[in-house]
Amino acid sequence: VKTRPNYIAGALSAMWLVIVGVPLYVMVSWALQTRDSFLDRGPLAIPGSITFGNFAEVMDSGFMRYLVNTLIVTVACVALTLVVAIPAAYAIVRSLSWASGATFRVFLVGLAIPAQATIIPLYLIINRMQLYDSLTAVILPTVAFGLPLVVLVLVGALRDVSSELYDAMTVDGAGPFRILWQLVIPVSRGAIAAVGTYTALGAWNQFLFPLVLTQDPSMRVLSLSLTNYKQEFQINVPGMMMAVLLTALPVFVLYLVARRWLIAGLAGMGSK
Amino acid sequence: MAVLTETPAPVLRAPASPRRRTKRVNRPSAWYLLPAVAFFGVFAAFPLVLVLYLSFTDWSGIGTPGFIGVDNWIRLFQNSAILDATWTTLLLTVLCWATQTPLSILLGVWSAGEQRNRAVLSSLFFLPLLLSTAAIALLYNRLFDPYVGIGRGIEMFRNILGSTSGALTAIVIVVGWQFIPFHTLLYQSAARNIPKSLYDAATVDGAGRWYSFWYVTLPQLKNTIVTSSTIMIVGSLTYFETIFLLTNGGPASSTRTLPLEMYFRSFKQFEFGFASAIASVLVIVATAISLVIVRFSGFAKMRSTLEGL
Repeated sequence: VKTRPNYIAGALSAMWLVIVGVPLYVMVSWALQTRDSFLDRGPLAIPGSITFGNFAEVMDSGFMRYLVNTLIVTVACVALTLVVAIPAAYAIVRSLSWASGATFRVFLVGLAIPAQATIIPLYLIINRMQLYDSLTAVILPTVAFGLPLVVLVLVGALRDVSSELYDAMTVDGAGPFRILWQLVIPVSRGAIAAVGTYTALGAWNQFLFPLVLTQDPSMRVLSLSLTNYKQEFQINVPGMMMAVLLTALPVFVLYLVARRWLIAGLAGMGSK
Repeated sequence: MAVLTETPAPVLRAPASPRRRTKRVNRPSAWYLLPAVAFFGVFAAFPLVLVLYLSFTDWSGIGTPGFIGVDNWIRLFQNSAILDATWTTLLLTVLCWATQTPLSILLGVWSAGEQRNRAVLSSLFFLPLLLSTAAIALLYNRLFDPYVGIGRGIEMFRNILGSTSGALTAIVIVVGWQFIPFHTLLYQSAARNIPKSLYDAATVDGAGRWYSFWYVTLPQLKNTIVTSSTIMIVGSLTYFETIFLLTNGGPASSTRTLPLEMYFRSFKQFEFGFASAIASVLVIVATAISLVIVRFSGFAKMRSTLEGL
């Protein structure tokens, strides 16, 4: 039983809180100030008055377009990932074929493929498929690079399902597809939610593939749009901060409503 | 797929005839693997092979890559810019590991405690995880700006992006700010899984807080340290967005790491063949490290850290 509080650890964590807090505070505080007020009052001062002018300015410069593009990419990535990964994880756990073991090992090694190192061949492949400068060009490789971790996490969850449940369904006369639909998906709901969140975050934050596989502003996604806002708002730094804040806002909202899945998804994300 | 909404068959019913039962296959065929394998094959595995082939070609980004043999590789080993980039990449990897690991362990162990204030504070600690890499890099790019940033108030940050050592420090700070919360999360769940009886035994032996940390906590975190370090090392070798958006490789080309060098050589200078040789080096190093993980730490451990959440 510990009675004495740990002051050193407390001091360290308080310091870390300042380190984490200051940039976040600066982001919000700048975003809500006019450019003049932010220049006059200094970078760390509490805003004298709050303005939503920056919000309007960011909205006027194509934000909604980029938001819609990002949503399309995110939804498509999650849907495609789940549609191909769930049957694969099911087959890896239950199939007797040699291919399931081989696939498992491929995804295991695939975990460490650096996406950065494949952008040149991907550029060639996407061009040959005539997909350059489309949202599809962003979606396909994003799904492919998310698959190893998604499949492995689903396999881990499915291995815990007792074989008696499968046997019971077989006695009922269920084929593999019905077992997938009525047993595998319901029992792995938690893992599916976690990998779905992980995929959504990865797609939402995807920067590299849009950078090298798209060009036209009509195909721009939010994270990439930030680089353009940086140039557009070269002088209006608060406007830039508002853009950064707005791209993160949906994730903050998700954090409030679905904290558990989000943390599980984030735990997967950092491992890439 | 929504067709399959029929009500499940009643559990109790006469077993099907033996002939029908033997025909029933309750296991999925290997075809269930195909869509995932095809996706991964075309957009992740095939590019790996292709990048190796491209490293032996001359290609400007348009037309067909022409085979030129080992020229790119000879250039690669003779090029001083590549040597500098390799050095920068390794230095950055070491610096990132050396700052993130101790801080993540301390914060993770601290936040694993059951006290109420720790739970509240640690939920704040994880906020950086909610921002994208691009958002974080640009936030800090403005924050470290000499004219508008916090350097106006805090002298030590005034020209941090203007000098070689400053820019490198800035990258280490930003990467740490972004990823320490994630590694803290790993250590937090690992520390929570340490059996309490070990601490009780140490206390009975008269061990103080420091002794418990050093001789109970740290050895118990060994697997997590391996997992977390590998993630950090593979990650540091391939950082792109943070550096691209924070320093853009500058000042001069002092923070150009191998991934940045690859990007500039290909998509800016249109030497896709030469850039592919750089990419191949990255692939070889990352694969070697990943094989070491799979061999020595085992994926089972990584999975259990994920499940603990």
